[in-house]
Amino acid sequence: MLVFGWGNRARGDDALGPLAIERLRAKLPATAPIEFLEDYQLLPEHALDLMGRARVLFIDASVTASAPFELSEPVAAVDSAWTSHALSPAALLKIHQSLRSGPVPPCTLLAIRGECFGLGEPLSPLAASNLEAAVTWALGWLSETGESTRTFVIN
Amino acid sequence: MAGRHTWAMVSSAMTDLAGSPASDALPAGLRRVAIDPLSRVEGHGKVTLLVDEHNRVQQARLHIVEFRGFEKFIEGRPYWEVPVMVQRLCGICPVSHHLAASKALDHVVGAVPVTRSATLLRRLMHYGQVLQSHATHFFHLASPDLLFGFDAEASRRNIMAVAETSPDIARRGVLLRKFGQEVIRATAGKRVHGTGSVPGGMNRHLSREDRALLHEGLPAMIDWAEEAVDLVARLHAEQPGLYTRFASFRSNLLSLVGVDGSLELYDGVIRARDAAGCILLDGVSDQACLELLEEEVKPWTYLKFPYLKSLGPEQGWYRVGPLARIQNCDFIGSPRAEARRQAFLALGQGEPVHASLAYHWARMIELLHCLEMIATLLADPALLAGDLMAGGERQRAGTGVIEAPRGTLIHHYEVGDDDLVTRCNLIVSTTHNNRAMNEAVCAVAREYLDGQTLTDGLLNYIEVAIRAYDPCLSCATHALGRMPLELTLIGPAGAVLDRLRRSAEGRIERPGTALELERAR
Repeated sequence: MLVFGWGNRARGDDALGPLAIERLRAKLPATAPIEFLEDYQLLPEHALDLMGRARVLFIDASVTASAPFELSEPVAAVDSAWTSHALSPAALLKIHQSLRSGPVPPCTLLAIRGECFGLGEPLSPLAASNLEAAVTWALGWLSETGESTRTFVIN
Repeated sequence: MAGRHTWAMVSSAMTDLAGSPASDALPAGLRRVAIDPLSRVEGHGKVTLLVDEHNRVQQARLHIVEFRGFEKFIEGRPYWEVPVMVQRLCGICPVSHHLAASKALDHVVGAVPVTRSATLLRRLMHYGQVLQSHATHFFHLASPDLLFGFDAEASRRNIMAVAETSPDIARRGVLLRKFGQEVIRATAGKRVHGTGSVPGGMNRHLSREDRALLHEGLPAMIDWAEEAVDLVARLHAEQPGLYTRFASFRSNLLSLVGVDGSLELYDGVIRARDAAGCILLDGVSDQACLELLEEEVKPWTYLKFPYLKSLGPEQGWYRVGPLARIQNCDFIGSPRAEARRQAFLALGQGEPVHASLAYHWARMIELLHCLEMIATLLADPALLAGDLMAGGERQRAGTGVIEAPRGTLIHHYEVGDDDLVTRCNLIVSTTHNNRAMNEAVCAVAREYLDGQTLTDGLLNYIEVAIRAYDPCLSCATHALGRMPLELTLIGPAGAVLDRLRRSAEGRIERPGTALELERAR
């Protein structure tokens, strides 16, 4: 199982993804069958990180999601990249599929509502509250027993 | 490391505008433009075209993200935090900032030069950085335009479509970038937020395990890099008129070169050539580079316009990046890349090549060079053992210059007796290329704008031109729902004649109401 959060920790609420990873990592036992990954943004080579996963949880800040967070199940799809290097989750899955890197794992996108993205700003109070709700939900999602995972105790 | 595989396994398997521009800063007959405050969100790409009464494009304005405020963010911090902190500037080339800051602060801690092991490890890290960034740029961003044509619909001009139609090319792009990331991880300690380089040297050697892992992947990577150079050369050969003409304009060229005149990405002296290839200045120490430059401020953007002080703003602006580097140097010190460089230079028939699309060709030559240099470095035992730290008499200031993937990157710091940074000045590649990118957009708009209506095709062409320079938008946030591109056409009386917007989902929107157009003004 892979839990992948992204964002820039120096840009206010853009840090929601990395902070969620940090919180989850601290709350889960090191022996949990979960790999955590943090990056600035989704990039093509992250398609390789999806190889062989039973489930994937993507976590990002969102300016469009309803508070505290929205859930969706991204499916592989082409979308429009402009001059940015960054990809959407759907595009990443499409690349994974196109590269024939194995079956696309079941993916869930946890989009946490953010408000303020200023350089050097701390997490906004609303985003902090949204983060707590999102982490609580993620812990429940992660503790679900799947065929390829086992139950574990949350600290 | 997440998702770690052997190479064999893997192979098989903006933004905003100043709100109150002064009207006297505008060309006669053209009006100022202010952008809808709703669009003042980092991560938007915005282009404004100003036309005269004959619908001729007089000026193009590319509004992009700048690191506004980042210098203040650094000031007041202990100097030893800076090489790690500045990595948050950019999600694409954090290592370049990591190393530029380290190089500047080497002077502050009196560690110049750093030890041989530290130098080689930093070089290895930097080649990994340039490699991964160039791979992403070419395969992910540029290859869809080049393979499918500039007129192809947006839904096809992306890496996913390349993966569908040319899976080998897409796979190689991903794996080349992944290889660069592995080099970074092996030298910096982590894929992201690495801590390998510190003021005065490095804090880790390369492990034997990582050296073996990288060795294993190299032969295929070098072959793929050569084929990538051949691919872009072939594309130029198939449409020489288009590739030579598109977004082409003459400019000065500026970069680091080695003291022997070789291509140099990590450390060297400053050289600049004029548009005809004649040397304007050479051998300037990186510590004196800021004395060469001044930055012009325009009222419509926070992004400054650097130029060579000796020539003034109109004559002294220049281009940086791969196109400048491989033509500014006298030779490339790795044989395969040098052979490809010679073939590239023939395009210019004795003068520098000025076509914006030639950036891609130059970029792939550099990618090949990086791999050759990685191969050379991996054979050096000093990566595995040897002193990592140097020291000396404390200084109050230092400047670090490095060739980041997009071009020359300058970091300057002043540090107080209390070890806190009192002044920070950063000039990034995107800022150096600011004038050039505006010229590129202007050239494209002059050729392809027809009348007073913006078209999807023009939007495509402008995107293609901007992509050649790969402006750094990655310091922006990447929250879901961002990153559209907006194009606005302004008439001689300041009226908004047309607007076109491509959303992050690829939808083309044309704000049509009088209210929306008025707001755009």
